[in-house]
Amino acid sequence: MSEVSVDANQSAQDNSAPENSNRRKFLTVATSVVGAVGVVGVAVPFIASWNPSAKAKAAGADVEVDISGVQVGQLIRVMWRSKPVWIVRRSQEVLEALGAHEGQLKDPNSETAQQPPYATNQYRSIKDELLVLVGICTHLGCSPQHLADGEFAQYAEGVQDGFFCPCHGSKFDMSGRVFQGVPAGLNLQVPPYYFIDDNTVLIGSDGEAA
Amino acid sequence: MNAFLNWIEQRIPMMRTANMHAIQYPAPRNMNFWYVFGFLATIVLVNQIVTGIWITMNFEPSAERAFASVEYIMREVDYGWLIRYMHSTGASAFFVVVYLHMFRGMIYGSYQKPRELLWIFGMLIYLALMAEAFMGYVLPWGQMSYWGAQVIVSLFSAIPVIGPDLVEWIQGDYVISGATLNRFFALHVIALPLVIVILVFLHIVALHEVGSNNPDGVPIKHKKGSLSESEKTKFKIHEYYTSKYDIIDDVVPFFPHIVLKDLVAFSVFLFVFCYILFFAPEMGGKFLEHPNFEIANPLKTPEHIFPVWYFTPFYAILKAVPDKLFGVLTMFAAIGVLFALPWFDRSNVRSWRYRSGLHKTNLIVFAIVFIFLGYLGGTPQENWKIIASRIGTVIYFAFFFLLFIYSKSEKTKPVPERIPR
Amino acid sequence: MKKWLALLLFVPSVAFAAGSGYHLDEVEIDLTDKVSLQNGAKIFMNYCLGCHQMQYQRYQRTFTDLGIPDELGQEYLQFTGEKVSDYITTPMPKEAAANWFGAPPPDLTLVARVRGPEWLYTYLRTFYVDDSKTFGVNNLVFPNVGMPHVLEPLQGTPRRVYKEQMVDGEMVETDVFTLETDGNGALDKEGYDAAVRDLVNFLEYTGEPSRLQSESIGRGVLIFIVILFVFVYLLKKEYWRDVK
Repeated sequence: MSEVSVDANQSAQDNSAPENSNRRKFLTVATSVVGAVGVVGVAVPFIASWNPSAKAKAAGADVEVDISGVQVGQLIRVMWRSKPVWIVRRSQEVLEALGAHEGQLKDPNSETAQQPPYATNQYRSIKDELLVLVGICTHLGCSPQHLADGEFAQYAEGVQDGFFCPCHGSKFDMSGRVFQGVPAGLNLQVPPYYFIDDNTVLIGSDGEAA
Repeated sequence: MNAFLNWIEQRIPMMRTANMHAIQYPAPRNMNFWYVFGFLATIVLVNQIVTGIWITMNFEPSAERAFASVEYIMREVDYGWLIRYMHSTGASAFFVVVYLHMFRGMIYGSYQKPRELLWIFGMLIYLALMAEAFMGYVLPWGQMSYWGAQVIVSLFSAIPVIGPDLVEWIQGDYVISGATLNRFFALHVIALPLVIVILVFLHIVALHEVGSNNPDGVPIKHKKGSLSESEKTKFKIHEYYTSKYDIIDDVVPFFPHIVLKDLVAFSVFLFVFCYILFFAPEMGGKFLEHPNFEIANPLKTPEHIFPVWYFTPFYAILKAVPDKLFGVLTMFAAIGVLFALPWFDRSNVRSWRYRSGLHKTNLIVFAIVFIFLGYLGGTPQENWKIIASRIGTVIYFAFFFLLFIYSKSEKTKPVPERIPR
Repeated sequence: MKKWLALLLFVPSVAFAAGSGYHLDEVEIDLTDKVSLQNGAKIFMNYCLGCHQMQYQRYQRTFTDLGIPDELGQEYLQFTGEKVSDYITTPMPKEAAANWFGAPPPDLTLVARVRGPEWLYTYLRTFYVDDSKTFGVNNLVFPNVGMPHVLEPLQGTPRRVYKEQMVDGEMVETDVFTLETDGNGALDKEGYDAAVRDLVNFLEYTGEPSRLQSESIGRGVLIFIVILFVFVYLLKKEYWRDVK
């Protein structure tokens, strides 16, 4: 086996002993380039066909939600781009408690752009009491649970309400801000949204007011 | 770099294979355009496999969703229409090149000794391809899919005693149904492609063992020691061949010479293929039949039903016989005789260039009758067509019969010693 | 070129329309004629969608391809308060429809690919009054059709014309297969033909929306292949100079 020789190039040259090597070289390169362009061109439709289809895009269109029925303290889930979006009407007590535990948070001032500019505030919302969040943990994509009325205190001392991710134990407060010492690194995402009127919110687009 | 290549080469013989089968493979220098269809068939096979994989990503094999999912691919998936048309046009293109490839084998006697097994592997590929195409046609679940499947599967009911039970077993139901669709899907996307790829591999292995024939049917390998140095080829030929034979100065290496010739043919083929693909994917209802744009309806048979064009010669033979069992047998026999072609032809001369006028006429009549039968099987039934397809069927089989008779003592022209310059 | 190719490869070109044998009129299909397509869409939504669906086609895709802004489309072409991203479906329940018509009205997304535009164009212009039928009408192309003449408000009421002719020395009423309307429709004959042509144009579009893209991509691809051919051919010539 030690005699195996890799003289492919040499023998290939033997079999194509050039009479006019420059012309031959030029044509080989030129044809290869044109051929390569062709291969890339053929690849385009195959790659493009993996994009979200028109059906998926239609499902990803803006969603209008009637929020007139959402009680104080209640969380409703709607589907936007096949993802759960939470709408919570927070009570006055919950809003007041938000400032108290900011020392335990990774990004209390929402400095990372996990929200549109109009939601960059302590409440991370347009209207103080109405929280709109994408209900997907920023760690590995599970959907956290809403724990209210003191149930959350077992996970974060002194914090009555919040979101707890059952997958890897990440914790978020009632503005969707992430606690320290958990695997998730970012606050929960706030989707673009605006109020069409007092009772209707549209998720998916920034309003003109923004 | 060389050390690395050597390291690989000592573990898997990549360069040796490339040299043996391409770079230093001796191919007759007189191979003409008839010799490009094997290469084209390989290209189309690759096209079918790749586009097929992509279609499978969105196709839903169920009676409820199959038709809608094809329309989903056509409308909602980015470039889905293009990939689907590549697949549907490719199916017809496959048969175009395969029929031409087979006819090449017939006119130049490429099936004769020592290439009998090569021919048989080719015929097995053809058979597998027909099964593959038939099952693929069922999948879009249109009217032609459904009723075509109904007719073809019912052929098996002609078998005495077990026929009816066999049909139910194939269908997995009392009629063609979702169960049939699902099992055809499994066979179409996994089982048959696997079989075809393996057969193609064996076809090429057999080809490279015996070497390519050529339009003159003159051998290029001569007995070791029978040629002087000046008569031997100047190209570097792999020692696998030169150790056993003297290779005459009438060969070119497969790569790059033959490959470049094939690529020229490929770009011509591609032009026609893309023209159909982008401008006439239905090909006037021949590649995609009009009734197949209507979802399968088990209660209503389309007014005219025929198989896709590449099956119609055999369909005409089926319809020519006024007895169910005998008709089915005749149809299968029409394919069966092709397998035995190497033994029908008893001549020592391969190429029709050096054979009798009778043989040439016989071949051309056979080709015309085959196309004519295709026309008869693919157009609405009329009375004169029944008579015509009976005559056509007789001529079809007469080709083989006559060949067997005259080839034994055929008056042939002298075959030259080497390929004429 | 298209016809030439079809002829060359496959001699027989089979008429695929379900046949009464009635002669089909030619119709000019032009998918680049946005005005015609838009008018066709309007007629479809107003007259056809009541019973027939287009369940594989979306409103939004249609609006985009026809150059109609979503808001305008929603206002003038959608009547049942669906979203623009919805499929073009009818609110009519399938079972009820099957009861009324004997069979559920067929989906029309692909009807142009099944029947061919000439058939549709002729069919929609050859209804005539026939009181012996359930819906009071019959059709020259599709005898005993199970569908009312929904375009009557546009065309008027069409009747068969019989001609008095001398046959074997007797005056006989013969059927000359022409129709005349009462003139009570909103359109005159040319106007109606044009309207039907627009509708058929629209159906041709929905049968294969990709046609809008495919021909322009195809032209580019063919030009590329010609360039590829030139290079490959020159390279092949160059190498085959070795072989004399």
